[in-house]
Amino acid sequence: MGLALLLLIWLITLVSTYFFAAKTWYLPAGASAATGWIDHQFALTFVLMGIIFLAAQLGLGYIVWRYSEKPNSPPVPYTHGNTKLEILWTVLTAVLFIGLNLMGAPVWASQRWDPPEVGAVKVEVTGMQFAWYFRYPGPDGTYGATSPKLMDPSSGGEAAVGLNPSDPASKDDVVTGTMYLPVNREVDLSLRSVDVIHSFFVPSLRFKQDAVPGLDIHMHLKPTVIGDYEIACAELCGLGHYKMHGMVHVVSQEDFDKWLAAREAEKQ
Amino acid sequence: MAGGTGGGETVMATPVALHAHAAPQGFIRKYIFSLDHKVIGLQYYFLALTAVFVGMFLSLLMRIHMIWPTAVLPIVGEIKPETYLSLLTMHGTIMVFFVLTTAPQGGFGNYILPIQIGAPDMAFPVLNMLSFWTTFVGFVVIIAAFFVTGGAPLHGWTGYPPLSAVQSAGPGEGLGADLWVTSIAIFCIASLMGALNFITTTLDLRAKGMTMMRMPLTCWSWFITAILGLLAFGVLLSAGILLLLDRNMGTSFYVPLVVVNGQVMGHKGGSPLLWQHLFWFFGHPEVYIAILPGMGVTSQILSTFSRKPIFGYKAMVYAMLAIGFFGFMVWGHHMFMSGMSPYSAFAFSILTMCIGVPSAIKTFNWLGTMWKGHIRFQTPMLYAIGFVSLFVSGGLSGPFLAQPVLDIQLHDTYFVVGHFHLIMGVAAIFGIFAATYYWFPKMFGRMMNETWGRIHFFITLAGTYAIFMPMHYLGLAGQTRRYSQFTEVAYQAKLIPLQTFMTYAAIITIAAQFIFVINLFWSMFKGPKASDNPWEATTLEWTTTTPPPHDNFGGRTPVVNHGPYEYGVPGAPRDYVMQTDPATLPAH
Repeated sequence: MGLALLLLIWLITLVSTYFFAAKTWYLPAGASAATGWIDHQFALTFVLMGIIFLAAQLGLGYIVWRYSEKPNSPPVPYTHGNTKLEILWTVLTAVLFIGLNLMGAPVWASQRWDPPEVGAVKVEVTGMQFAWYFRYPGPDGTYGATSPKLMDPSSGGEAAVGLNPSDPASKDDVVTGTMYLPVNREVDLSLRSVDVIHSFFVPSLRFKQDAVPGLDIHMHLKPTVIGDYEIACAELCGLGHYKMHGMVHVVSQEDFDKWLAAREAEKQ
Repeated sequence: MAGGTGGGETVMATPVALHAHAAPQGFIRKYIFSLDHKVIGLQYYFLALTAVFVGMFLSLLMRIHMIWPTAVLPIVGEIKPETYLSLLTMHGTIMVFFVLTTAPQGGFGNYILPIQIGAPDMAFPVLNMLSFWTTFVGFVVIIAAFFVTGGAPLHGWTGYPPLSAVQSAGPGEGLGADLWVTSIAIFCIASLMGALNFITTTLDLRAKGMTMMRMPLTCWSWFITAILGLLAFGVLLSAGILLLLDRNMGTSFYVPLVVVNGQVMGHKGGSPLLWQHLFWFFGHPEVYIAILPGMGVTSQILSTFSRKPIFGYKAMVYAMLAIGFFGFMVWGHHMFMSGMSPYSAFAFSILTMCIGVPSAIKTFNWLGTMWKGHIRFQTPMLYAIGFVSLFVSGGLSGPFLAQPVLDIQLHDTYFVVGHFHLIMGVAAIFGIFAATYYWFPKMFGRMMNETWGRIHFFITLAGTYAIFMPMHYLGLAGQTRRYSQFTEVAYQAKLIPLQTFMTYAAIITIAAQFIFVINLFWSMFKGPKASDNPWEATTLEWTTTTPPPHDNFGGRTPVVNHGPYEYGVPGAPRDYVMQTDPATLPAH
């Protein structure tokens, strides 16, 4: 029985570890400035937790096999523990866990504590059951007023976010259903929701943030690779949660300017 | 603990005098509205057994729908996306409240705690009966949510407003959601009554010589769980009442001005994050409410079946106390992506890492207990070993999720689902299985079948790993949880083969649970008769007859002379010294 347990526990451990190590299913290729730091912290955590995982599980399998009761087993050591050992593994674990955490803290600070760089591209993201809308403030750099009474999700676009046409600042606002971002520019995101909580998740950009009704949450990110990236809603928002997806097109500054100008032109 | 006489420790009140009620005669007072903690424990256990089969059936339907979305099933019919979300909500709620909170504490705690401390019953038998029947009402109310217009709610077991607070936010958010909140509120009341009873019983009804530091670790785990319950359920109860008011009375505790389906709702100025704070202030300690009794029973069984004293008894007690203490300071790690201040995220993250330390201490001590032991592989031991393995696997994904910077990628993905299922789901369930196989002889006077117990164990261990380990890979790849289908997002569609594998693993594992149920009921009537102490264990429940009489010790009052895990004592006549053995024996 001890041997059967050893084999099962070892098999589970090694197969599980293989798929983590082989990265058969792993983080998608990253395309934002934060990728390097985040992926490095992932790798570090994987190595440390992986060592503990292997040691604990393989050790468990070994112990149950090695110390199965046999007719000729020597008497068990009559011990109630060892204070020095307890102190040792308490201190080691505390140093390891808290140290690991502190190593990741600067990345978190750079993502969430620091404000966006000066000159960042402003984009407002609005979530509603079950679509994402993106608003660009236009040449004036100011978002026009919106009003809940004007919100009409069935019409889409400006009407969906309730843009108030009587506000001068709203004249040049562009509202789209697809997100365009210039490459290598910091983006100043403003996240909002009109109905329930949604979460703006772009795995390739290593970005996630809930959009909460009543809050205007400011975040920043910097895409670094031109390409198309999928958005998935990550907070349960109702029956259409699974299909609340969207696209981010990261393009060159030139293409971005052209695209935005074309949208402005359509609007006039 | 030294000397074996209890020394200068305070001697507790005489338990016999407190046992006011006589053995009941009629069927109803004996088995339905019983005051006997043993009957009430079994009532809790069978309620949880019913609930776990309901919850497991719901998960089976979910797994089938994810892979074969158009399948038309007998009885249930076709599962629509909103049906899927209802199944998910009810699966989570039923499992967390009516299984993981009910069986380890209400079931085994009720049955075993008084006997293990040498008491004739719980401190408040009427309150005990009331808390069971209140729990029962809560269960009936939540099941009723399936059958009302609109069906069960779809807002998930976490019930985040505004989705859970605005009736027009989705199907099931009408009467179904009201029943859901009401059921949880009823459950909270029942748990508060239970918690008071457990705490009082532990503090006041210990037999002579049963000092706190001589209590079995199971008693410590039930005691600490009760304290957590007392502090956590009151908060959830209040939060639930506020949610009911928001839903039905036009208040705005949780809902700001929102526009749902183009309609401006009447709410103004509420905070969706307030609910998350209140919910997780309960929700995180709840994780420990589910797992602490499993830790207790694992310690008990590892020591008994390794024929060795538990390694580091005091460290185990302090670790559980530390887990309980830190458990109330880490709730914000569920909210790193919620819009909560990123500065507080940093603090919650460090505190969460701290809670990993006592968890690691427990694991080291379990391995230390088995080290150089004489391990016997009866089914309870297999499940205790399985618990350790699952606790390690589920625990080590914690330091990933505790780091906000990694949580950017992992939050609300299958990585989280895999993490909490392994640790608070399956590990806790393994604790329940271990406890069932271990105490069954005492509870029913017969032995369970060993062969079928082992078969059940091996399929369940391999099966649960096959279901939940791949969830970590899926989460890393960005698979979001609570999606009824994965066909709409291109990168997620690529992950469907792994989901299919998990569905097959789930079908096999669920099928294997019938082995357990058949073994349970068959052994209850046909199993070989059990002796009073079939595992050669040391704690007080093994000193009384099998099953125990109405007052637990047949008019005797046990006197405790030794610690709870005295195995392999040099110079003792047997390889174990029971807690009530004469103080002259060489054990602690």
